[in-house]
Amino acid sequence: MVSAGLDPLAAAVRAITLAEAGGANEVEAVVSADEARLTRFANSEIHQNVAETNESLNLRVAIGRRVGVASSNRLDDEGLRRLAETAVAIARNSEELDDWAGLPEPSPITEIPGGHSEATARATPEQRAEGVRAVIAAADAAGVRAFGSFSTSAERLAVANSKGIRAEQRRTAAQLLTVMMAADGGSGYAEGAGVDVTTIDAAVIGRQAAEKARATANPVSIEPGDWAVVLEEYAVVDLLSLLAYMGFSALAVQEERSFFEPGKEIGSELVTIVDDAFEPGAMPMAFDYEGVAKQRVVLVERGVCRDVVWDTQTAARSGRRSTGHGLPAPNPYGPFPLNMVMSPGDASPDELIGGLERGLLVTRFHYTNPVHPKLAIVTGMTRDGTFLVEDGRIVGPVRNLRFTQSYLAALAGTTAVGRERRTLRGDFGGVLVPAVRIDGWTFTGATEH
Amino acid sequence: MRDLSDRSIDTAVQLGASYADVRVVRRAEESIAIKSGRVEGVASGESEGFGIRVLVDGAWGFASSSDLSATEADRVAAEAVRIAKASATALRNRVRLDDRPPARGTYETPIQEDPFSVPLEEKIGHLLAADEAARSVKGVAFTEARYDAQRETRTFAATDGSWTEQTFTHVGAGVEANAIEGDEHQRRSYPDADGGPFKAAGYEFVRGLDLAGHAGPLAEEAVALLSAPQCPAGRFTIVLDPSQLYLQVHESCGHPTELDRVFGTEASYAGTSFLTPDKLDEGFRYGSDLVDIVADATAPGGMGTFGWDDEGVAARAVPLVRNGIFVGYLTSRETAPRIGRQSGGTMRADGWNRIPLIRMTNINLLPKPGMSLDDIVADTDDGLYLASNRSWSIDDRRLNFQFATELAYEIKGGKKGRLFKNPTYTGITYEFWRSCDAVGDESSYVMLGTPNCGKGEPGQGAHVGHACSGARFRDVQVGVGKW
Repeated sequence: MVSAGLDPLAAAVRAITLAEAGGANEVEAVVSADEARLTRFANSEIHQNVAETNESLNLRVAIGRRVGVASSNRLDDEGLRRLAETAVAIARNSEELDDWAGLPEPSPITEIPGGHSEATARATPEQRAEGVRAVIAAADAAGVRAFGSFSTSAERLAVANSKGIRAEQRRTAAQLLTVMMAADGGSGYAEGAGVDVTTIDAAVIGRQAAEKARATANPVSIEPGDWAVVLEEYAVVDLLSLLAYMGFSALAVQEERSFFEPGKEIGSELVTIVDDAFEPGAMPMAFDYEGVAKQRVVLVERGVCRDVVWDTQTAARSGRRSTGHGLPAPNPYGPFPLNMVMSPGDASPDELIGGLERGLLVTRFHYTNPVHPKLAIVTGMTRDGTFLVEDGRIVGPVRNLRFTQSYLAALAGTTAVGRERRTLRGDFGGVLVPAVRIDGWTFTGATEH
Repeated sequence: MRDLSDRSIDTAVQLGASYADVRVVRRAEESIAIKSGRVEGVASGESEGFGIRVLVDGAWGFASSSDLSATEADRVAAEAVRIAKASATALRNRVRLDDRPPARGTYETPIQEDPFSVPLEEKIGHLLAADEAARSVKGVAFTEARYDAQRETRTFAATDGSWTEQTFTHVGAGVEANAIEGDEHQRRSYPDADGGPFKAAGYEFVRGLDLAGHAGPLAEEAVALLSAPQCPAGRFTIVLDPSQLYLQVHESCGHPTELDRVFGTEASYAGTSFLTPDKLDEGFRYGSDLVDIVADATAPGGMGTFGWDDEGVAARAVPLVRNGIFVGYLTSRETAPRIGRQSGGTMRADGWNRIPLIRMTNINLLPKPGMSLDDIVADTDDGLYLASNRSWSIDDRRLNFQFATELAYEIKGGKKGRLFKNPTYTGITYEFWRSCDAVGDESSYVMLGTPNCGKGEPGQGAHVGHACSGARFRDVQVGVGKW
């Protein structure tokens, strides 16, 4: 449970007062009080089990058009005083920003009750161990070994600024993931995530991974090349996360390094992607790290680029308003979508696979990285369950493959979208995604397992 | 700090811990980011706290807090013990640690000029000068220059009486130019955009980089890349500049020799390793006779250099590959006994709120007397010279890798010729290293490294070093995918 000692908003306001007294004429304070817990298991036993309690404050000050940022996790009076002095000193010694937009003005913030779960905030090591034992039991029953982690976290976040923003929210997150491996080369993966830890059924996740580990025994090699694929939800998360990284930020567009152009057709009409902080399945949040209320942003609608996400600085440059997607300062990456949602289609899981005349079913990707961001070309590996499908039926497991693939071409080649979706944790926040079927996925290499 | 550490340990022992260690860490950071002449961000950060790791009934528990009070020391120690007891409910093999003498002493990164004492305006001025030199080249779309410094003081105490105090100073700086035309985006960076420009050193390292002097030529290369032909695809002889080779070592030798990964403890995240213990026993041929790789936590300037690791094991150099044969792992007190060895001292934690994991120290490909890097190029009739990493990926057992570099130069008749854009190459780790037929000598041997090596759940970033001199590889697949 998050320690009750700190009042995040009060600490933020205190820091603002101190910085203003030091000569700053604009001040923003972001305070985070975190309790993070994670139980990790490997070879069907718990091998790492950790807890962290932390409170930190990120202070951005402006003196005219000179801006400085300082952060600290010493939030007593002396710590706050020193922090304010440091931020002000940095601003005084920095250079003027010609296009400094100033800090945002207050805007109405809608409370989002679905972002916090008391059960998650109060989760104990004994509860996490119980969940892990359920996963291990599923592994034992299938004769495979279980690896994975079970995490629960609670955060109190407060953002305040000298223009009157006072925003505060509590958020929780839970995630249970497992890789199961068999002596015969089989490997399977399953994951559950959400705001409320009680929605995660450890036994079900364990059984799903165990079944896949058994089903992938003795995989065979296939030739790389262009294959039609069905990507399970775990793989689709990567598609959305990297597209966000490469192109859905206003800063990337302003710097002309994004593939994004309003009105440009980049996907099939089956593809609609939004950033929706109000979506219960995408780990909601009410405001961004500048204290600006979140807005729902349609990124891609029926395959056509609609908008990107904005923070105060990028919005001012283009005569727009922030959509509530600012990250903590200093932020070289620009605004970022943290609640990505892909609209469902109408295909059942069986129909997705049934539509493959000859192709591959991919559970998830591993170690993906942009090769050419502007073309959205990405390389990576398949992992933990890749299957050959012929005439709409799974024939058997195949060894893992490397792909070098334009994720834009993947959107364009999407031929079916699943009607069921999963809440998962992406690299940058909550994600709600369906499985998809894509024509012409380019595999460029193979490995030995 | 000693009082807090002692109190935490005493509490943990009273509650049933058979072993406990405590680290108190204070970290100060400073960063400056310039983008196209604009001082985009100047930031200072401080974080401090402590973490206690305990063994109870043969199971691990860890808890940490940013509150350094005595009452919090008791609470956190008790939480660590409770967590360990929960771990014990899903335990199959009790943890056993190898013996080592109690660690005692101090260590400090040798520096000439304290980066935190150099006036901020001066540091900004150095970056602005480099940025301006890059921006002044016609055709450059945007530029970036960056500086980072970190100082960390770390104490370590354990139930065996160990007590060490260490202070580390790491700095880095770099400049990059970006040229964009249509769908083509080309970047050139110096020393290397994704790592490289970091060292365990003072500000003298930044001054020595001469960012402004390199910025113009690299910006010209970025612009030239826009109109350069696509790098050809096929089987090629390639020569890797140290700015790419260090990451090849990192991904295809550093990670697969982590013994915790070999035993599966990272399987659910980063994966496992093809370098299983049977390969150690059989003398597996990892590379050609020219390949000597060592994990050296004593190497000057390396970000993986220290006095003791985060289990109190003294720094040392451990051979990983000798004359091409796989001979050693990166190990810990828990994992080393399982292969009949003692810890090589490579347990490192990312701050006060993370447990130590087996991490790279400085994984160095040793230079070979005989040929300089220029000699290697001169000795190459037909090939490609690849420099500056742009993209990296490797499979979950560290076998199939693929890298992209910022540029390639054609080598014809022993001379660098045409510039090519978008080079990529791929291979299988041991096949690639076995194809190495030349390693540069001391003249191009340079300590590079990366400050963002990711591992573990919750995630940890490590500062690791890699010294290398450049090398040549035969019959490598170049040019991957559709462009």
